[in-house]
Amino acid sequence: MKHIISPTDLSLSELDELLDLSEEIIEDPSKYSEICHGKKLASLFYEPSTRTRLSFEAAMLNLGGNILGFSSADSSSAAKGESVADTIRVISSYADICAIRHPKEGAPLVASHHSSIPVINAGDGGHNHPTQTFTDLLTIKHLKGRLQELTIGFCGDLKFGRTVHSLITALARYSNIKFILISPKELKIPDYIREEILDAKGISYVEVRGLEEVMSYLDILYMTRVQRERFFNEADYVRLKDTYVLDSRKMTLAKEDMLVLHPLPRVNEISTDVDDDPRAVYFKQAQYGVYVRMALIMKLLKLV
Amino acid sequence: MLNIGVLREGIVIDHIKAGGAMKIYSYLNLENVDNSVAIIKNARSNKMGKKDIIKIEGNLGDINLDVLGVLDHRITINIIEDGVIKVKKNLELPDTVENVLLCKNPRCITSIEQSIPHIFHLTDKDNGMYRCIYCEQEHEKR
Ligand SMILES: [Zn+2]
Repeated sequence: MKHIISPTDLSLSELDELLDLSEEIIEDPSKYSEICHGKKLASLFYEPSTRTRLSFEAAMLNLGGNILGFSSADSSSAAKGESVADTIRVISSYADICAIRHPKEGAPLVASHHSSIPVINAGDGGHNHPTQTFTDLLTIKHLKGRLQELTIGFCGDLKFGRTVHSLITALARYSNIKFILISPKELKIPDYIREEILDAKGISYVEVRGLEEVMSYLDILYMTRVQRERFFNEADYVRLKDTYVLDSRKMTLAKEDMLVLHPLPRVNEISTDVDDDPRAVYFKQAQYGVYVRMALIMKLLKLV
Repeated sequence: MLNIGVLREGIVIDHIKAGGAMKIYSYLNLENVDNSVAIIKNARSNKMGKKDIIKIEGNLGDINLDVLGVLDHRITINIIEDGVIKVKKNLELPDTVENVLLCKNPRCITSIEQSIPHIFHLTDKDNGMYRCIYCEQEHEKR
């Protein structure tokens, strides 16, 4: 039995296999449309995340499977005080695989300890969100043709942005990766990422404040949202939220084959005048998110 | 220098980080034993500058002293018999401890579900660093 709790639960070769299978789906999205016939995915969402939940459910439906579950804690047994362990014991007998989202860190790991079906972490607080990381990797691999020898800029909230931390950790496993970390000083990446990942692996990186000055170096620009709830007061939020807005004028400074990624939803950090630029791939990225989840479901159910 | 001459039979818990003796004292539940116990605070140490020491007369029965290394990885333990050091042991840090350290991260699932065991994993042997397996928060040594 294999569960996916953290992005590094897959070895590099397992990850390669997952991305290869995902690319097969990109080429022919209907290729596996009946493979999960008679199988059920339980989506256990203890907090609402419509985008992620629909992505998982679309993935299972694309494979010919069925879905069941709940989309917030108050519509679930958790509202009556049932433990994650008990819920998963019961769900294990209803479904073949489950995706669990929970506001508390480690809840999916707890579930995996009591589950007889594969558990996929669909986000546990600010901790892990492995399928987002796999989506990001697939987008880069498919559109760039490689995961090595890339200069990747991360822009925005690098302090609290879990997708950034996970993707840096995942990309650090590949060779000749350079990072350019673009953020206000209040939102720089945490020390443990700098020390335990970047410095420990001798990875080249720079930290800068301005986006424009580094645009021309980037192969990938990963934009993030500055979340209102991260700030103690509204004034700080207002002061910082517009610091890094990507618009079509800034895009003229970038390489012709640079890609812009964003985990979505965006607020205003990418101006809508960038959307039609062929280098803006964030909507494609969301589509690849469904494909990589299809591949993951097939792998975990050992159907391929 | 630590004078062990006064102790014929007993346990000397040495090289406790200065200020840490009371935590060890309460972990071992020493307030509830009949043994005579001496706590030495801020003893001078060449290695550490200052340190705490606990001396316990007699024995404590069946107790796993290795766990003390989890609370403070520099601790050494001397078992005294007939007035001499019988065993001088460095503590072996266990890879995993259950319900010894408690996760205090309010975002951790253990903060809302009481029945989940608090499990910590040794992630850095040299520094004796343990992380909660659920939220990966490191255990704060005081
Ligand atoms: Zn924890």
